[in-house]
Amino acid sequence: MQDTKAAVSGEVMLKPGKHGKGVWKRIIQNWELYIFIAPAFLYFLIFSYGPMYGIQIAFKNFIPTKGITGSPWVGFDHFERFFHSYYFWDLLWNTLSISLYELAIGFPIPIILALAFNEVRNGFFKKLAQTVTYAPHFISVVVMAGMIISFLSPSTGIVIHIIEGLGFQAPEFLTDPRWFKTIYVLSGVWQSAGWGTIIYLAALSGVDPGLHEAAIIDGASRFQRIRHINIPTIIPTMTILLILNMGSLLGVGFEKILLLQNPLNMVSSDVISTFVYRSGLVDAQYSFSTAIGLFNSVINCVMLVVVNQIVRRTSENSLW
Amino acid sequence: MLAGVKETKRDKVFLICNYIYVFLAFLIVFYPLVYMISASISDPKYVASGEMWLWPKGITFDGYKRVFENSSIWIGYGNTILYTVVGTTINLLVTLPAAYALSRKDFVGRNFFMGMFMVTMFFGGGLVPTYLLVKQLGMINTMWAIVIPSAASIWNIIVSRTFFQSSIPKELQEAAQIDGCTNMRLFIKIILPLSMPIIAVMALFYGVGNWNSYFSALIYLNDSAKYPLQLVLRQILVLQEMAAQGGGAIDASTAAAMNSKAEIAALVKYAVIIVATIPVIVIYPFLQRYFVQGVMIGSVKG
Repeated sequence: MQDTKAAVSGEVMLKPGKHGKGVWKRIIQNWELYIFIAPAFLYFLIFSYGPMYGIQIAFKNFIPTKGITGSPWVGFDHFERFFHSYYFWDLLWNTLSISLYELAIGFPIPIILALAFNEVRNGFFKKLAQTVTYAPHFISVVVMAGMIISFLSPSTGIVIHIIEGLGFQAPEFLTDPRWFKTIYVLSGVWQSAGWGTIIYLAALSGVDPGLHEAAIIDGASRFQRIRHINIPTIIPTMTILLILNMGSLLGVGFEKILLLQNPLNMVSSDVISTFVYRSGLVDAQYSFSTAIGLFNSVINCVMLVVVNQIVRRTSENSLW
Repeated sequence: MLAGVKETKRDKVFLICNYIYVFLAFLIVFYPLVYMISASISDPKYVASGEMWLWPKGITFDGYKRVFENSSIWIGYGNTILYTVVGTTINLLVTLPAAYALSRKDFVGRNFFMGMFMVTMFFGGGLVPTYLLVKQLGMINTMWAIVIPSAASIWNIIVSRTFFQSSIPKELQEAAQIDGCTNMRLFIKIILPLSMPIIAVMALFYGVGNWNSYFSALIYLNDSAKYPLQLVLRQILVLQEMAAQGGGAIDASTAAAMNSKAEIAALVKYAVIIVATIPVIVIYPFLQRYFVQGVMIGSVKG
């Protein structure tokens, strides 16, 4: 039975042949699969590659009435204007520092949390802790911003009451530029650290129990087993996530920043993406804003390639 | 695991510290959630003064009453439900067939399509060119601007493809093909009924995404009758426009009246947060398993 099936399937499924005839046969035989993929193909073609075609307005003076092709070329004028503007270094610094801050705090916490969850043996408590820590992931960014604003409100916020209750002077969290980055990063950790553990827990569930048994017999302590068995197991996962994070270093999740921005904290809250939104869609400086966006994407792309390359040289894991 | 092995003293100390650590993490996440629920049904006076810090105090449902009296919230709710249903349907119709085609080893061109889709993960046209495109397509200020430009996510396509590849036996597909089953029939009659877990996961991922999204509405919609809930929330929570909208007369001149107005506005904020998040929170515990499954399928390299 098994043999006949294999033999027949060999004919029907066709081995990946390199000869023209086989390929055509497979294409015709599976013509419906092209209908399956057509919507996605059209979607990406229009809504991902279409805007890439529109990038050329970064090198033009886009005039809406003349359209993309009719507008005059200006070369790198918009880029030069951006690089020479007084806010260039501020924007770059804010973007980079928020990302790095987020990476430094937000990357290790889910790992530590996952290692800790993994040691919890009480089924009910473990389940409860996980359910609760995953939950904030599903809160929308608008609600999140609303919560931050309410909790930190200078006269009525609970955080202010707690700090003052402990006998300290509460800072003006939302209007003091020095606090913006910390608020952004810590609220992000609150919202996503629990969710971030899932992928590590999945990796940890693959640890061979035999390794732990052997280590226990050899007299290893719990901490030693985590250090020498659990952590090495999740390193490949960590590496991949780290590379992906580095690729979006300048792509700081700007929806929350946009919502928390106010004129008083602007000095430290304005990042490239919020600037692109303001100059592009609010002030309608289409070409200038596109140039800045392009600068941002190119750096992200380069970062991704460079980090991937470094990781590939130093370990066996990499994205490609 | 490993019952019978005696824990050393150091291990016990470590274990206790670990429990304390997990418990603290649990508390830090749990407290703000409980606080919001309590604050939404407490007398705003106690909330503002900090006397209400865990359990509700001076229970009142005024906040909810005001939220339900506010017509823009109802309109927003209706719009969000519409956008979520239509959007998620489109998401699934684009994602699942494409993912299935890509899962087939005998599909000529799968590497080309995969490569073409993957590029968009790392490079895009950016905000303004996308906006101009949507505008050129005449979608501004229509529902289509909300649901079409986010019709598929490459990440979800990869997750679904991995599922089709790893969870549906190849022999089954081959057997059906031998029996002369067309790809369309195979997909509809055999593959989809076996793929309920991934369909559920995708519907949830996309559904929550659609429910929570606000940015596309912010840039593409200008008619407030079409605003989704999140955009209405933004006005109330972030731009603080509720006092003018739902609070009725603002001509109260005395300081005390102003003060209570601010307190009520705060109460309404907590109530509106709960109302907007309830659908997700209510279904979440039942569906958590699926969500987790989705992330785990995604983590398998494929």
